[in-house]
Amino acid sequence: MASGVKPRVKVPKSAAAGDIITIKTLISHKMESGQRKDDDGNIIPRSIINRFTAEFNGQNVIDVVLEPAISTNPFFEFEAVVPEAGEFKFTWYDDDGDVYETAKQIALS
Amino acid sequence: MDLTRRNFIALGSGTFALATMSALPAFANLTDDAIAELTGGAALGEGGVTLNAPEIAENGNTVPIGVDAPGAVEISLYADGNPVPNVATFRFGPLSASRSASTRIRLAKTQNVVAVAKMEDGSFQMAKAEVKVTIGGCGG
Repeated sequence: MASGVKPRVKVPKSAAAGDIITIKTLISHKMESGQRKDDDGNIIPRSIINRFTAEFNGQNVIDVVLEPAISTNPFFEFEAVVPEAGEFKFTWYDDDGDVYETAKQIALS
Repeated sequence: MDLTRRNFIALGSGTFALATMSALPAFANLTDDAIAELTGGAALGEGGVTLNAPEIAENGNTVPIGVDAPGAVEISLYADGNPVPNVATFRFGPLSASRSASTRIRLAKTQNVVAVAKMEDGSFQMAKAEVKVTIGGCGG
């Protein structure tokens, strides 16, 4: 699943220092569980995103381990503290070794 | 389908069968094993974790679940009726504002969703919620 993976992240454009913001992330991925069978009864091999991390200026916000029970197009919502202006970096790790990354700038208001 | 008296009774007994099935010890043990692996057999307290789950999920493929456990360093989610009970583990970093997160999960059938939080002092707290699923989410 190297093609068609599109991360989408919602982060406010600016915040006051020390503010708590809500971040929502979604990435398009089929998250094949390894439990399903195709028409011939063969098991479709597992292919999921197994880890997601969010960092702000190199400091960890959240680190999630994903199992096959996470829905197609994994969605996460969580809260972060913004101590200064900087960049949020979001990383998804695929079973097949691919890494999907996206970053969002946030300014102080 | 017309909801005749006969159909209604059939439907009722079907639901009952499902309810008994979800109480099968095999699945519960898998979850208990997974939790024991996390906690190392430590006692589980209750009340420190809030688990937000719908009472009824029409589609088991995407069930919104939210957890909130003030003072937790790590929250793990389990579904005791899925083929694999582990669902996700959230580890909170220094810039995490609240020890809460939401996601969407798959549930194969009506079952309990369990959240176990590892607190800063090393103790464990848990919360449990039953979700009724009308269409399961594991394919097959």
